[in-house]
Formats: sequence, structure tokens, C-alpha cells
Amino acid sequence: MTERSEITKTWKLFIGGAFPRSESGRVAPVKDLTDRSGGKALAYAAQASRKDLRDAVEAARAAQEKWAASSGYLRGQIIYRLAELLDGRREELIEAVRMSGRVGKSKARTEVEVAIDRTLSFAGWCDKLDSVVGGRNAVAGPFHCFSQIEATGVVAVFAPEEFPLIGFLTLALPAIACGCSVIAMPSSVEPIPALIVAECAPSADIPPGVLNVLTGLREELVPVVAAHRDVDAVVASVEPEMAKILQLGVAENLKRVRLVDPQAKFLEDLAWSSPSAFQAVTEVKTVWHTVGL
Amino acid sequence: MTTPSTNWDYAPAPESTKVEIKTQYGLFIDGAFREPRSGRSIETINPATESSLSRIAEADAADVNLAVVAARKALKNWRRVPALERAKYMYRIARRIQERARELAVLETMDNGKPIRESRDEDVPQAAAHFFHHAGWCDKLRWACPTSNGSAPEPIGVCGQIIPWNFPLMMAAWKIAPALACGNTVVLKPAETTSLTALRLAEILQEIDLPPGVVNIITGAGETGRELIAHGDVDKIAFTGSTDVGRAIASTVAGTKKRLTLELGGKSPNIIFADAAIDQAVEGIVSSIWANQGQVCCAGSRLLVEESVAEEVIEKLRLRMRSLRVGDPLDKNTDVGAINSRAQLDRIESFIKLGVAEGAQRHDVSDVALPSKGFWCKPCFFTEVQPAHTIAREEIFGPVLAVMTFRTPDEAVARANNTMYGLSAGIWTSRGSKAYEVARQIKAGVIWCNTFNQFDPAAPFGGYRESGFGREGGRSGLSAYCA
Repeated sequence: MTERSEITKTWKLFIGGAFPRSESGRVAPVKDLTDRSGGKALAYAAQASRKDLRDAVEAARAAQEKWAASSGYLRGQIIYRLAELLDGRREELIEAVRMSGRVGKSKARTEVEVAIDRTLSFAGWCDKLDSVVGGRNAVAGPFHCFSQIEATGVVAVFAPEEFPLIGFLTLALPAIACGCSVIAMPSSVEPIPALIVAECAPSADIPPGVLNVLTGLREELVPVVAAHRDVDAVVASVEPEMAKILQLGVAENLKRVRLVDPQAKFLEDLAWSSPSAFQAVTEVKTVWHTVGL
Repeated sequence: MTTPSTNWDYAPAPESTKVEIKTQYGLFIDGAFREPRSGRSIETINPATESSLSRIAEADAADVNLAVVAARKALKNWRRVPALERAKYMYRIARRIQERARELAVLETMDNGKPIRESRDEDVPQAAAHFFHHAGWCDKLRWACPTSNGSAPEPIGVCGQIIPWNFPLMMAAWKIAPALACGNTVVLKPAETTSLTALRLAEILQEIDLPPGVVNIITGAGETGRELIAHGDVDKIAFTGSTDVGRAIASTVAGTKKRLTLELGGKSPNIIFADAAIDQAVEGIVSSIWANQGQVCCAGSRLLVEESVAEEVIEKLRLRMRSLRVGDPLDKNTDVGAINSRAQLDRIESFIKLGVAEGAQRHDVSDVALPSKGFWCKPCFFTEVQPAHTIAREEIFGPVLAVMTFRTPDEAVARANNTMYGLSAGIWTSRGSKAYEVARQIKAGVIWCNTFNQFDPAAPFGGYRESGFGREGGRSGLSAYCA
């Protein structure tokens, strides 16, 4: 009997709920970093162009208002469903994390399990952020005054190069939970765990355009995000020189920027799923209404 | 219908002006007033008379550095002062502001040009309230801004704060109070045309024995501000001012570890639905655009009126505008005072000319006699305004209102959001459910339903989009000063 050869998969982009190739036609190999000889291509992934990024921003913008207007309860159920689906592909995720060559099987397992549990945690935040961070303001006048927490809008996320699953989810999910739409750039060395998340998104009923995932070259995409006037916020775990380019983009349209240390350990710290996770991706809206007969 | 006469003559009712002003002020650094190293000073004038009030120091790079060094040195002890002891200093500041309220209000009006009614009833009480409110936060930070190990949050460090000329003392309080409550130290730069009340606040800080260096107040113009922003030992920049300057600051700060909050410009919509209480709405329009001569970042400078009541609202507005008293800001009957500076007056006038040139129809109070000296702009509004007109898009920062109409709530929201700004909005309707739904759909940080221009230290204030980021006031404002 002849040995069955493997099907080497080409992972595509995830834009507006569809899985297109890059309009540029470019693909890049994803390497098995556990392979000491260094060269073995595990798979291929599309390499997004600036045009793909602009398309993703358009899809994200089109989806955002409706997503933000949906109830926190609904968003929570959808993110919970995502956790269920990720749990179903747990072994595949562990293998993909292990292929990054950074951790052995048992640490890869821990990373995946903590990541899925953190997904649950963010599911729970959807209908609680207002209660914890917002609330009634006791003003000195005849007014009912309260502050509610709203989504900033369209958010670009640059996930860390390490921690390819938990880093990606820890930075992308808070934005989605609070009603933003996201264009997420996974680890460029090990994008597969994030691409598995993308494949789960439609089945979890995340509406098209709410999560977009673009694999590609960071040095190409960072300046495009920084200059894009329809990106409202950026969450990024990138090296200082790229962080600076993103910060300079603030001058463009006052986009909000949250920078996360690229050396950060994304495991076991409550702060990752605390209200501080929602910096840059939420706005406080204070509403006053007169009170009187 | 005959138009009622609005030519009521009031007897002058000037506020007493016995406020001692020195001929020259130094920089307040490390607890003492000192001559600037720069050797330079700037004249500060009363915009209602153009007469000189005093000369203020102009800090250069060396002066800025001294202030930052003093703040850094003071931080070491200040951050370790027990929370309730920190609170006591702040309560005392609030008390002294209340006790010296009349003096501060008169000085504010002389330096800024705003009506004494506003400085007396709004600016100064709000400044005191900000210190009083934030004093109470000092020992509650661990619950307001929790950390993952349950301890109280650490301060950010040395905060460089730059404030505008439209609410000089109030802005100083908005900036300093939360910073101190969280254990930070401060270098504050007031605007060069309105530094006198901040310097008076420095005297109060001396009176209450605030430890030297905890708050430093350095005067100067744009160059002084740039030196402060670029200083390598400042941990946080908080700025209130124009969007253009905010962009420049963001570029300067990029690539550094400095934290940044920006409270910038606006072109805020004020929406009047047909089911609103129209007379109250007209009063709301008055306070939204003509209070403080319209020199308010959150001014309701775009009036959106439902078509079916547009004629009625415009007629009532015209009538109401005629009863506004423009003139001596120190007169207790004055509604509209002087524009803060010649430069600002020129800017407002150029917008008014553009409004006419682009085809909008100007309505103003033609028969008002203005003082011969000083910077004056009669309140006015424009009808026949198209959304593309400059006066409907750009922040004027003056008593100039652009009136437009709409037919449906959806159209009102679309027009309201048709701006790159997002600071505030007004909504006038007698239906609560409608007010809250429109409030939800508008992209702005502060929404006033059946009221306008209300502020309170407990209520977070700040913008969406190009109106900046970060909030001031309330719990949200505190988090901007905790590491």
C-alpha cells in the first residue's frame, strides 16, 4: 500500500465573513519551527496587501454599528459559542501552538486551555462592563446623570509574535466583547492558531465583518493601519519602532492606541481579563437628563 | 403680532473690582515664586478694556526643567503621604477657593473677559467643587481603580498639564485635583492670556502649606508648552485645547513612554425635536452657544431643528438674542462679555465673513452699542446653512450658531454625526424614550437631554473621535492618573 501524502493547506484571509485569497495573490510558507533543519513548510498562508487591509476596514465599518447595538447578552452567548468551538478543536490548537517551537506539548496544552478559559471570561464581560465601569453619577443638580460604556468602533489588533493563540485572543476579544469590530493581524511566524479561530468565527455566529483576520508582513501593514483614518483604535503588541509608527498615527485621526509589551507573558494574570483590557476600545458616554415635575 | 420692545435700560451694576494685582508675577516652582531664568515676561491685558493688568513670566527650557525637577523631587514623599492626609490638603484648597471666591471671580472676569455672573456662579464654584470631590477619592482608589493584587494603584508620576484660556481657574482645578488625589505631582502651564487666577491658586497652595514641588505653575506661551511636552522626565501629558495642537502633541509624544490624554475641539450638535418644550429649548440654545461668548469646546454650535418647528424656534431665538446684554463683563447684568483676545476675535470675524460669503444668512443684534475699546463680537446665528459650509464644519469658538433643519430622527442623527468631532450633543424632546435612543446613536462623550453645558466633578467629561481621548471627572477621570 502506498503511503498517503499529506494535504498541505493554504490558509486564506478572513474578511467580511468570507475566506478570500489576498488580492495580491501572494502566499508565504508557514514553517514548522520544531524542525531543527529549519525549512519544512507546514502550510502556506496568504500574505495580505494594503488593499486587503482597506477592504477589511470597510467590512469592519459596515458591521460595527449593528454589532454594538446588539445586546450584551447576545454578544456573550456568541463568544461563549466561540469558546465551545475552540474547545472542540483543542488538540489541533495544541499541535499548532507546539509547532511554533517555543514550547513543548504540555506548555502548549496549558496555553490553549488558558486561552479557551479566557474566552469564557470575555464572554461574561459583555453584559457587565457597564455595571462595573459605568453607572450613575451623583451630580449636584436636578439631573439623572449616568455614564455608559460604548464601543470605540473599528479596531486594528496586532497580536504578539509569541503566544500565537492566547496573545491573539487576549487582545482581540475585549474589543469584540464590547461591540467593536476588529481587523486582527496574528503572529507572523505562527499564524495558524489565529486562523483556526477565524474558521470557528462563522460557526459561532460572529456576524460577517466583526472579526477579520489578515496574515501578512507587519512592516507592510503597520504603516497602513497608522495612516488609515477609518481605524478608530489600535491594540498592538509590537516592537518599539513599529509602536512608534502606530503612535504617530494618532495625529492622523486621534485614534486610540493601547500598546502591550511584546515580551509580556499572556498566561495566568487576572489583569488580562480585568476592565483594563478594554482600554482604547471603549468610550465613556455621559448622559444627562433633567429631573422635575 | 407686534414685537415687544427689548430696549430695557438697566442701571449699571458693576461688581466691585478691589482685587490686588501685582505688576509682575514670577514662576511658581518648588513652593515659591521666582524670577524666570529666561528673564522674559509677557503682558497680560483685560480684553474688555485692552488695559494692562500685569506682566507674567515666560518660562524657557531651563525654567521648565527646574519645575520638572521640583515635581520629581516632591513625588518621592507625596506619593507616600497617607491617603487621608493628602485629602486634607485638597479639602483645604477647596475651602480657600470658596473663601476667596469673590476675588477669584472678579480676577477671572478681568483677565478673561467672561461675564461676572458666569465666573461667580460657574467657574469658581466648579473649581472648588472639583477639589472637594477629588479630595474624597484619595483613600478610595483601590476600589475605584482596582489592581489585580488588591493594593492601591500607584500614581503615574510627574504630570505635565496644559490648559486653555476659556475656563482658566476651572481647567486648572480639573487638571490638578485628580492628579493630586492619585498621588501624582504636577507642572501646570496656564494659557498666556489668562494666567492670573492660576497664579492666585498658587498663592492658595502656599497658604495651605502644600509641600513644595507638588504643584508647580509655570507661565508662558506655546514654546513653554512645547518644552514641557518634550521634557524627558515627564510621565504624563494632559492637554485641553485645539485639535491641531493635540495632533502636534501626539506626534511629539510618539515613541516615548509618556501617557497622554487630550480634550480637544468640537462642533457639537444641539437637536430640537418638534415635541420639545420650545421655550426651554430656546433658553438651552442661548446657554449652549452664547455662554462664555461661545468660547467653549463643547458649545452647541450646530443647531438642528425639526422642520415643522423651525420657523417658531428661529423667531423665538431672534427675539431672545435681542434681549442679551453685551458689554462690561464686570456688570452683573451682562450676558455676553468680551472675546478673550484680539487673535480670537479676528478668527471669529473671519468665520462670520466666510459664512456670509458661502451664502448663509446672518442674523445678529444690530442695534447694540459696543464699548469703544476691547474685543467684542455680537452674538449671531446663521440660517440657510448647508452641511458643507465652513461654519457648519469647523470649530469657530465664538458666539456664532449655524442653524440647520431635519425631518426625521434618523436624519437628525445622521447630521449630528456628520463631523469628525464628538465632544457633546444636546437633545430636546418631551419623550424620554426618544431622548435616550437618540443619545445612544450619537457619537459624543457628553449628551445633555433637555439641558446643556452642565458640568459636575462626579460626571466624566471628554470626547469621541477627533475631540480627543481620556475623560475628566468621575471615576473614569481618576483612572487617567493611576498607573
